[in-house]
Amino acid sequence: MSDQHLPSSQRRKFMLGAAALPLALAMSRIGHAAALPTAQVNTTGLAVTDTEVVVGQLHSATGTMAISETGSIQAEQLAIDQINAMGGILGRKIRVIKEDGASDWPTFAEKSRKLLVNDKVATVFGCWTSASRKAVLPIFEKENGLLYYPTFYEGLEQSKNVIYTGQEATQQILYGLDWAKQEKSAKTFFLIGSDYIWPRTSMKIARKHVEAFQGGKIVGEEYYPLGHTNFNSLINKIKIAKPDCIFAAVVGGSNVAFYKQLKAAGITGAKQFLLTLSVTEDEMLGVGGENFAGFYSSMKYFQSLDNANNKAFVEAFKKAYGPKAVIGDVTQAAYLGPWLWKAAVEKAGSFDVDKVVAASPGIELPTAPEGYVKIHENHHLYSKARIAEGQPDGSFKVVAESPELMVPDPFPKGYQ
Amino acid sequence: MSFDEIYNITLMQGFAGLSLFAVLLLMGLGLAIIFGQMGVINMAHGEFMTIGAYTIFLLSTLTESYAPGLMQAYFPFAIVCAFIVAFIFGWLAEWALIRHLYKRPLDTLLATWGLSLAMQQAFRTLIGPKEVSPTLPDWLMGSWEVTEGLDIPINGMFVLALTLLVTGGVLLALYKSRWGLRVRATVANRAMANATGINTTRTDRVTFAIGCGIAGVAGAAFTTIGSTGPTSGSLYIVDAFLVVTFGGAASLWGTVVSAFGIAQTQSISEFFLSGSMAKVLTLLLIVTILMLRPQGLFASKVRR
Repeated sequence: MSDQHLPSSQRRKFMLGAAALPLALAMSRIGHAAALPTAQVNTTGLAVTDTEVVVGQLHSATGTMAISETGSIQAEQLAIDQINAMGGILGRKIRVIKEDGASDWPTFAEKSRKLLVNDKVATVFGCWTSASRKAVLPIFEKENGLLYYPTFYEGLEQSKNVIYTGQEATQQILYGLDWAKQEKSAKTFFLIGSDYIWPRTSMKIARKHVEAFQGGKIVGEEYYPLGHTNFNSLINKIKIAKPDCIFAAVVGGSNVAFYKQLKAAGITGAKQFLLTLSVTEDEMLGVGGENFAGFYSSMKYFQSLDNANNKAFVEAFKKAYGPKAVIGDVTQAAYLGPWLWKAAVEKAGSFDVDKVVAASPGIELPTAPEGYVKIHENHHLYSKARIAEGQPDGSFKVVAESPELMVPDPFPKGYQ
Repeated sequence: MSFDEIYNITLMQGFAGLSLFAVLLLMGLGLAIIFGQMGVINMAHGEFMTIGAYTIFLLSTLTESYAPGLMQAYFPFAIVCAFIVAFIFGWLAEWALIRHLYKRPLDTLLATWGLSLAMQQAFRTLIGPKEVSPTLPDWLMGSWEVTEGLDIPINGMFVLALTLLVTGGVLLALYKSRWGLRVRATVANRAMANATGINTTRTDRVTFAIGCGIAGVAGAAFTTIGSTGPTSGSLYIVDAFLVVTFGGAASLWGTVVSAFGIAQTQSISEFFLSGSMAKVLTLLLIVTILMLRPQGLFASKVRR
């Protein structure tokens, strides 16, 4: 993997600085040229008028996934509001049609058809679970729609009609495992996940990486049904196996039970090294800082990231949704969607899906809260991987960051 | 592995089984009272548990902001409140909904399922979709390290003690109190109980409310092991029904024995197999036994 990384970050920063100037000029030019005729920017009958462009937002506002998807809904709305405040896209204000997938995959499919066929939206920001994305994918491909998908996921997918703004599995896993080996001298790993496609695919990659590339050993691999809340037997198995590292991808309500019971069984950050793929600031609300203190999480974004983009983003988010609002990894990825779409539309000079898709690879976003992202040919983002340590107050302290951007690799060779 | 380690793990594994038993029993108990004594299949049982859990969360938040000095002491008081709040909601639900549907078991099933959905959405709208955890007093956290390498979870012991207390209380009330007498009379023969001057309508309402109140206590206890969200209740409802059906619907002792059996099977097979396989094995076992004994482990003699 590492030999595919981008040029050094210093060189990139220099190039960014140089790139920022023409970008600013281009933006002001577009501002003046609000008179781009609709017939020119919209040749495929999308819902675009001289003053307005309609987009769709498709998440679960109700049902079991509302817990997770609310943050994404808020972040996308915030980005759209900010873009509108700047004058919109190609001189047109964005109007959002919100649809509720209700945590039900057929409903997602039906609503996506409604957005694309009846409302003729220019793009859709939405979906969260892989199941919902798989449900809408054939419709987006048939109707030639465009979807910005925010969640880190298992990879093994690439569609012309989807831009994936979260990490595929290797971007989240490989750096974390390398860091565990180098910094924590971890040689034996215990893999734990909820029993569905994302943890299983992730753990398959982790096992390959540890065994084939690190010379380490997997001393246990366990999956528990979604919603499982009793982990005492598992914890005893961990105590017998004595792994250097517990590598976890437990989700939902199980997540909270898992960490509470680890702590209750005397397995704390002070005694045991644990690295997880599934605890962001959102999950931390339920888990509780005191139960996760001293454990590590591998993500691309943490709310505490120290850079100017992120400070502005966090401030705007809290202003919009209250001082107690927290921003997790996926929320930030969802925030990127509207901005990446804006950049692609402006580069293409058109709202037409084919032109926007063609313009997307190579789009850079130096204003991303996570620092800098760029769209790869395969429609995933180049982004950094980061490791952060949970603090007793429920925040994260970033302790490591990949020196280079991780190249997205949804079909990793040697890991299948 | 040394002898000491095997000894420690065996002890901790034994306790894991016991604490799962406590959890299953506590969530099955309220349901067993309502289902067993009244024949009402309460699909909203999980949501009454969630009400109890949210009560704890609310009180913990209030205590934290207005009386931080009482943080170590609020929890037992909050559990009593959880019972009262769930009791009141149960009372209202019986009055508004259930009493119109007695003798129509399938309709109560649908109605309570609707109630459960409505309650979930109400939680989501009023309290918020995110999972929350109350701040627990320090004495409930962490483990009791008996010797080096032997950790007994304190929250597990707490839930176990609470379960024994509640179960003991319910059994005592059912077999020694006037209310218990009336309930048992109503279950045995409703018409005759009515004729002897027992107000069966009122008995039903109190029974339903007590069942819901116990669900509230269960929800309160589970805040020590898991989190609370609008749909937390649905995580527990299937297990709760398993325990009650397996034990034999009309028997509280059956519920106790069945909770113990399921917990030990699950916990031991989880130790030797993977988590998902353990669940499969447990369910297969339950299905097989129920096929051979459809009335459950303990069937009480009731004139229908």
